[in-house]
Amino acid sequence: MADLKLRNVGKSYGEVEVLKDINLDISTGELIVFVGPSGCGKSTLLRMVAGLERISAGELEIDGMVVNDVPPSQRGIAMVFQSYALYPHMTVRDNMAFALKIAKMPKDEIDAAIARAARILQLEDYLDRLPKALSGGQRQRVAIGRSIVRDPKVYLFDEPLSNLDAALRVATRIEIAQLKESMPQSTMIYVTHDQVEAMTLASRIVVLANKGIAQVGTPLELYERPENEFVAQFIGSPAMNLLDGRIVETGAQTTIELATGNKAVSDIATDAAQIGRPVRVGVRPEDMHRDAGTPVFTGQVNFTELLGEVTQLYFDPQDGAQPVIAKLPGIVHGLRGQTVTLSADPSKVHLFADGQSLRA
Amino acid sequence: MHPALQGLLTILIGVGGCVGYFYFSNQLIDKVLFPPRGPNAGRNINRANMVRPWLFLLPALLALGLYLAYPVLETLRLSLTERIPGGGSKWVGLDNYRQMVNEPKFWEAMRNNMMWLLVVPALSTAFGLLAAQLTDRISWGNIAKSLIFMPMAISFVGAAVIWKLIYDTRPVDQEQIGVLNAIYLALGGDQPMTWLTIPFWNNFFLMAVLVWIQTGFAMVILSAALRGIPEETIEAAIVDGANPFQIFFKIKVPQIAGTIVVVWTTITIVVLKVFDIVFAMTNGQWQTQVLANYMFDKLFRANDWGVGSAAAMVIMLLVTPILVWNVWNARKEMR
Repeated sequence: MADLKLRNVGKSYGEVEVLKDINLDISTGELIVFVGPSGCGKSTLLRMVAGLERISAGELEIDGMVVNDVPPSQRGIAMVFQSYALYPHMTVRDNMAFALKIAKMPKDEIDAAIARAARILQLEDYLDRLPKALSGGQRQRVAIGRSIVRDPKVYLFDEPLSNLDAALRVATRIEIAQLKESMPQSTMIYVTHDQVEAMTLASRIVVLANKGIAQVGTPLELYERPENEFVAQFIGSPAMNLLDGRIVETGAQTTIELATGNKAVSDIATDAAQIGRPVRVGVRPEDMHRDAGTPVFTGQVNFTELLGEVTQLYFDPQDGAQPVIAKLPGIVHGLRGQTVTLSADPSKVHLFADGQSLRA
Repeated sequence: MHPALQGLLTILIGVGGCVGYFYFSNQLIDKVLFPPRGPNAGRNINRANMVRPWLFLLPALLALGLYLAYPVLETLRLSLTERIPGGGSKWVGLDNYRQMVNEPKFWEAMRNNMMWLLVVPALSTAFGLLAAQLTDRISWGNIAKSLIFMPMAISFVGAAVIWKLIYDTRPVDQEQIGVLNAIYLALGGDQPMTWLTIPFWNNFFLMAVLVWIQTGFAMVILSAALRGIPEETIEAAIVDGANPFQIFFKIKVPQIAGTIVVVWTTITIVVLKVFDIVFAMTNGQWQTQVLANYMFDKLFRANDWGVGSAAAMVIMLLVTPILVWNVWNARKEMR
């Protein structure tokens, strides 16, 4: 129903610049997730799309129209807030009807819209209750219902699950995914700091860092082909290991001599001019194996965590860096204190120079 | 002794007495009456803990009993007796009440009190709410709030004197020092008015004084309540398309309705007891009598303690239900 375009969008509070030169195209039917560390401006960016924060620089287009100066209610957006922001003095029905009454919609149409939303969200039995008589999950659904009845061009979600407990969060996450599937034409922007939510819900993820966009891509693109060290470490848990080294052999594959003495092989192609270039080798913990493949790391296991489905090995940190972590499938006993050599498939070995990926 | 020293000594004795009372009474329970040792240690600890709250309540209970409960009962007794000239009193049953309801001045006071009751709490709360909302987001809001709150610090009599000057009237040939007359003449009035002697309307000139004082109170409480409204509900209303008036009346006011009721009833109680302003400005003349001033007239001017006490009982009867409701609402707010 709506295309969204952000053109060099920036935000400053007085002298302090929090976002700059954000360029992003969102097309109809996408579910875009903004992720990033605390304070990266992801909520600010969402609130700028909503119209709750002024856009300091650049342009925001919805459906081909620049809406920088259009008030929130006329942008065709609906927002679900982190704290739900239900009107505490109104029943569930009135909460959902408020925007429609303001818009002077005929009463029978309001009733129809509420009945439809209540059916989708299984709120039919709660329409005459006040928000305080609802559980957290139900309040969350009312907040979503309040958006649905307005039939907006763009749905905006600001960390909608962060106030729910862990079990409910998983259930509501799936509900939101199903809701999106049932409304394939709706465009959604979803802000979270939880990368599991981002990976499971998004059609594309926007990673925000350092006032700008670090990378935009589908969840698997971000996981498999991170463009920079920030995204590489931000997506995935535990974070990707980064090891310092220098390129020693180039060609269709690249060989790197690591500071630890190991030699790592990556399937990234490089030319001879790169020989001797200092790089960082990135390997995800789950891509390290204890087999006869291409070795990438040797070290003494400092500590182990047996989680049942996986065993996590923590190695002695190399000269003050973060400890290297490996994740082995299943339960592996007796590795603590041992020296272990781990291998990695060259296609899973990432190379970063000056923070940027060498993968073309 | 130097008065300052006396004052200091009083403070020392007062504070020291309190500290001493709590310290020694607790010692008495823990060390002498119910020592937590011996074969009954457990039972003693339980008993000590049952008694302890009453230790802390006792001074307040005594003070309230002496200064609140006893006067109420004594007033009730006095309202049923009549003073015998030369000393003593006799039981007259409801005669005092009968006499009172047959006096037109009493009904004038009742009528005026009801008008005060309708006008002052409503206007004070409305102006307070308006001031709280308008000063909320502006840079000099706090200065404006301080100015509006300032009358709260002035005693009712002081306020009455200030407003008496506003309503002041000088003979026609002299310069008017009363602001209201100055404005009235500047706007084309033919001669200075003696505002406080115009029956019926003079009541409203008196009410203006109390509204002026109580608006500050309402504003401070309501301003805090407005700040307590979750910001996201207001943002949600903005996204929902509500205009500032709809946000104020449909989102903000309903959310602070409980506080508005508490402010309203608190001012209502002040109004029912209003005395100083009327006493200082008109003393109930020109049909401005109110119940508290009527009571004062009877009790201290006419020396008729019977009818005076009866009037006091009427005021108490009127205040009590509102007081109970107010406390109930305030407790509900806190939950």
